[in-house]
Amino acid sequence: MAHTADEVLAGLADLINDETGISVDQVTLEKSFTDDLDIDSISMMTIVVNAEEKFDVKIPDDEVKNLTTVGEAVSYISSAQA
Amino acid sequence: MTGLNQATGAAFTRILSLGAARGDTIVTNDDIAGPIESSDEWIRQRTGIIERRRSSANENAIDLAERASTEAIQKAGIEPSQIGAVIVATISNAVQTPSLAALLADRVGATPAAAYDISAACAGYTYGIAQADALIRAGVCEYVLVVGAEKLSDFAKPTDRSISFLLGDGAGAAVVGPSDSVGIGPTVWGSDGSKWDAVGMDRTLKDAFEDPKGEFPTLRQDGQTVFRWAVWEMAKVAQQALEASGIAAEELTAFVPHQANMRIIDEFAKQLGFPDSVLIARDIQTTGNTSAASIPLAMHRLLEERPEASGGYALQIGFGAGLVFGAQVVKLP
Repeated sequence: MAHTADEVLAGLADLINDETGISVDQVTLEKSFTDDLDIDSISMMTIVVNAEEKFDVKIPDDEVKNLTTVGEAVSYISSAQA
Repeated sequence: MTGLNQATGAAFTRILSLGAARGDTIVTNDDIAGPIESSDEWIRQRTGIIERRRSSANENAIDLAERASTEAIQKAGIEPSQIGAVIVATISNAVQTPSLAALLADRVGATPAAAYDISAACAGYTYGIAQADALIRAGVCEYVLVVGAEKLSDFAKPTDRSISFLLGDGAGAAVVGPSDSVGIGPTVWGSDGSKWDAVGMDRTLKDAFEDPKGEFPTLRQDGQTVFRWAVWEMAKVAQQALEASGIAAEELTAFVPHQANMRIIDEFAKQLGFPDSVLIARDIQTTGNTSAASIPLAMHRLLEERPEASGGYALQIGFGAGLVFGAQVVKLP
């Protein structure tokens, strides 16, 4: 079942909160994972794997490097959904 | 006309003893943070490492191997001449040939034992244990010396931000021999060569030779690819090794993963969901990542700190460049 962009954002914010403790209202589309949210590449990978499971999508390792902001991740996940 | 003879060996095997040798120098995070434009705090947070052991110029992988092996042989209570094979898992041989194992066999008094090196990166020791188990049960030898020995600092570029700060120097040795009960469970091992580029050297020997600046090849990795594979794929391998062993998670005394990175160990432990009673080896904190040496070093330390663990079951799993992996449940010596 495809999620709306808002649902993807909310779901992603939950995953980020689980992994890092960052509060969900801090997770907004324009935020950069590294510069604004201070999420390191290892935590990023954990979030990516959990997102694959949650949204039933595949996010290859090559793609992860391109997902620098929350908005880019939400777009990618939304389009990757069947 | 008579047929060909078939060798047969002991029905069961176990690890009789372990020996350990760590690099002679303590290298703190502050010592190496400068060239990677980092800090003690960043390194601790990212890797769990407080300090690592490295060898000075006086000490090479063969010397570390010899120290660790001498301890293991002495503790096993056998003569070195009883060793039928010397297997050294290493990526630290500074020459293509001859093997470190041949030199080690000579140094410890095991000549004319068969001697060869295994190139299986951080899975090397588990590959060596699998081979020792098979060699003994097939009647090829009675005792096997399996060593993981590395001087990774020889291959660490101080400015490399992908892996250099993790690396340490050390050797761990195991004497494997016959047993009256199963001491080494079935090995689950394998490879994924599609990820051959995920971790390895930054250039070939030939490129280095032709380089006017004369820089030796050094280690590098694609950390995110390795992390994802190490945690999620290796958790499946660990489960398979546990199932194959017939031992339930609650019956394990210890979990001894390759000491790649504390974040990997933590995430691994979470994925596998072991009860709190299972000791988890975290030697990386003060030793660093010593590739093929990391599992025997971590197990040796665990037994020094918790001698009552002896005789219990440990799940060991190695994984690294190749990508390759190996796991088995063993009885702690």
